[in-house]
Amino acid sequence: MGVRLTVSNIYKNYNGIPLFENCSYTIDRSGVYVLMGPNGSGKSTFLRMCALLENPDRGEINYFEGNRALPKDINLMRRITLLLPEVGVFNTTVFKNVAYGLKIRGFKNNKIKEKVEETLQFVGLIHKKEQNALTLSTGEKKRMGIARALVLEPEVLFLDEPTASVDWKNTEIIENIIIQLKQRLNSIIIIATHDKESTKRVGDFLLYIREGKIYKEHPDKQIP
Amino acid sequence: MNFLLESFKQAINLILNLDRELLQIIFLSLKVSGIALLIATVIGVPVGAFVGLKKFIGRGLLITTLNTFMGLPPVVVGLFLYLMLSRSGPLGFLSLLYTPTAMIIAQTILAFPIVAALTHSAVVRVTPVIKLASRTLGATSFQTTLTVIKEARYGIISAVIAALGRVMAEVGAILIVGGNIAGYTRVMTTTIAMETDKGNFELAMALGIVLLLISLMINFFMFLIQKKGVKEAQQWE
Repeated sequence: MGVRLTVSNIYKNYNGIPLFENCSYTIDRSGVYVLMGPNGSGKSTFLRMCALLENPDRGEINYFEGNRALPKDINLMRRITLLLPEVGVFNTTVFKNVAYGLKIRGFKNNKIKEKVEETLQFVGLIHKKEQNALTLSTGEKKRMGIARALVLEPEVLFLDEPTASVDWKNTEIIENIIIQLKQRLNSIIIIATHDKESTKRVGDFLLYIREGKIYKEHPDKQIP
Repeated sequence: MNFLLESFKQAINLILNLDRELLQIIFLSLKVSGIALLIATVIGVPVGAFVGLKKFIGRGLLITTLNTFMGLPPVVVGLFLYLMLSRSGPLGFLSLLYTPTAMIIAQTILAFPIVAALTHSAVVRVTPVIKLASRTLGATSFQTTLTVIKEARYGIISAVIAALGRVMAEVGAILIVGGNIAGYTRVMTTTIAMETDKGNFELAMALGIVLLLISLMINFFMFLIQKKGVKEAQQWE
């Protein structure tokens, strides 16, 4: 049984501007959720709060397994992962960047090698595994960031603007990765994006932030 | 001019013949400075990283103090240590005055603020997204700190090399607490000062050449590290 994400009556101000007011939402099914909303509506803040990197001003964000609320500790943090808009590339090789999460979890070297190489193959970066990750293009850095998250097989994966500032070729590759992920991982994947077309291509569900609350729409619905 | 040239020739002879006294002085210098640098690094890097990464009351004051102490006058450190270690001082019972240990303590006091302050600068220059990325991948607070330190490695290595340059060239503090005892606490800088006073320029000049060569090597090494750091920083843009 997978985890369930519950957002209960949250309030959040950012630099004095109210972003969320008494917002509640539950995600209890695996699939790709695309989160949309105008600039400054709080998409990134929402993802950071759900990834437990930031607290709401009021209200609660919880993860449940069955009826049991999971304690917000390092064990839970290691079941969820967020890809930041700026990937946060470590100054080392692509291989070591992707291996990072496994290394800190204490995986053995041969297992790390096997998993990292398989994931790099999946995102199409295996030929660059020994290259310093800082030398990758923006699109490749995003793909490496996705690989770095994917290798951990998270139960909940947040992708914040995965195709922003990325050329069409890398956008297509990233979208294909996400589409294949649906079959590969039985996870909740939440993507914050501005790209309406991308929403239709990859999303199972459309979430929309309006006036501080989250609404669920059909992916084909025209969003203003 | 002839006198200078003659002294220089004899100095080169001393170096080429691996003069026993010369080697002993060089070895003690490297030993004292090396141990002092090691201690200053072991304490200074975590302190610098902690100040750079954590917010606490008095942080600003601590940063200002570390920056100020980077320019500590060695003779003041020597005087302070002398008063502490002399027989009538509070640590006189340790009988450390005029020993290599006292010299190591003096040099550690001089090197520590340099390592800590420059480590702090290197750590705060690491982009905050690295810290956040580390947390999103499931790192504990300690693992995140280690990751940031690793990202700041070129700055930290430069800090350690800068501190080595400072302790190798230092004379005031070790002269006061070491006493320049032949075969026991006599190091390169104190010997140069003493031999120059005596008008015995050959040994002073030979040691001066060795000291300059060491300084040159340190600076060259620092240049290589900075070049690598700048090259990698440019890749961020």
